[in-house]
Amino acid sequence: MDGEVIMSYLPLYGEAALLTVKLGVIGIVFAIIVGLFCSMIQYYKVPVVRRIVSVYIEISRNTPLLVQLFFIFYGLPRLGIPTDAETCGIAGLAFLGGSYMAEAFRSGLESVDKIQTESAYSLGMNRLQTMRYVILPQAMSVSIPAFVANVIFLLKETSVFSAISLMDLMFTAKDLMGMDHNTVECLFLLVSFYLLILLPISIVGTVVERRMRRAGFGN
Amino acid sequence: MPDLVTELGIDVLFKGTNFLRLLGGLWSALSISLIAVAISIPLGIIMGVLMTSKSRIIKAILRVYLEIIRIMPQLVLLFLMFFGTTRAFGWDISGETASIIVFALWGTAEMGDLVRGALISIPKHQYESSEALGMTSAQTYLYIIIPQTVRRLIPLSINLITRMIKTTSLVLMIGVVEVLKVAQQIIEANRMTSPNVAFGIYLTVFVLYFLACWPISLLAKYLEKKWS
Repeated sequence: MDGEVIMSYLPLYGEAALLTVKLGVIGIVFAIIVGLFCSMIQYYKVPVVRRIVSVYIEISRNTPLLVQLFFIFYGLPRLGIPTDAETCGIAGLAFLGGSYMAEAFRSGLESVDKIQTESAYSLGMNRLQTMRYVILPQAMSVSIPAFVANVIFLLKETSVFSAISLMDLMFTAKDLMGMDHNTVECLFLLVSFYLLILLPISIVGTVVERRMRRAGFGN
Repeated sequence: MPDLVTELGIDVLFKGTNFLRLLGGLWSALSISLIAVAISIPLGIIMGVLMTSKSRIIKAILRVYLEIIRIMPQLVLLFLMFFGTTRAFGWDISGETASIIVFALWGTAEMGDLVRGALISIPKHQYESSEALGMTSAQTYLYIIIPQTVRRLIPLSINLITRMIKTTSLVLMIGVVEVLKVAQQIIEANRMTSPNVAFGIYLTVFVLYFLACWPISLLAKYLEKKWS
């Protein structure tokens, strides 16, 4: 391995890593919003919309992100829906992640005993207060492990963004390998940068998981 | 209606053997995942059993293996296998072989963890009770432990299979000709005559993947409910 080559590539990888993180974070935030929304609809059993949500979840969970991205990026503009690569990547991640987050939140919400809702109502809390102060905090602690797993999963999934010509870590690695043939250095940097992004999240996730488990009520 | 079909570029599907070619592409992706599944199930079971063994060294080694495989995006693993090992060891493997190796390594790790989880979820008194009944250790496993483990394991491993099928879409990136590559070729060939072909073809690929994975997910869900 050539140290000089690695040093000269560092800034390029740094930029690419920033893009990966940026798109990943925005995509995940949207995925959380979509997921919360969908899980609420399923929890309150909103008629009609609930069916649409479950169809969305099945579609999103049973197709690969790469295929979703190709459809959004190359297919949709043909119908007059213009998409630039970054928006498209974020939209794809939100579309995929939304269903995974919804499932994570749903399992949390379902784990909260019905008696909790009834007690809150009998104390005079309204629906929103019950959700905000009674259900969500308990549901969260159950959802956290799945939630953390989803965040890591979605960050890993951003690696396919290179296919729609976003200059992320994969794109940079492939590009540099093709140009200079410093395969070993390129791959070394690729792995290091992914570790740099994913390892801290995985460690923080484990710690949070351990602390949140104590928040469970009544056990 | 026929106008809409033409407008959306779906008519291209019925030209020549285009649709069959897409199905062929899907099959080459599916076959990679099926071979990988066939390899990873037995290896995963062995790994899972070893992970519950008493030896700390074996446990630690397998744990590290699992975490390394888990933390890297599958695409990075594919790159490492396809570009990295070929360069480092000087061998020459095709994209298909590289994909099968990577998916088998990944599948073994995930399967091993599922088996481990299922094994440790069996309460200790199950072992003790069967021993108290005078069963031999082989009988205990055959009649008591394995039937319970399998029920917990099967829905989860079926989910793993759908994950594998979905992930095979990545092999496009290391130059394997699969359904997305075929789609690109068809789109290139028909771009002039049918400007919206990209929509129709990519929609078809989308639906094909869904049709491949959805029944399997439904089966997993059904079994999970039935056996829980």
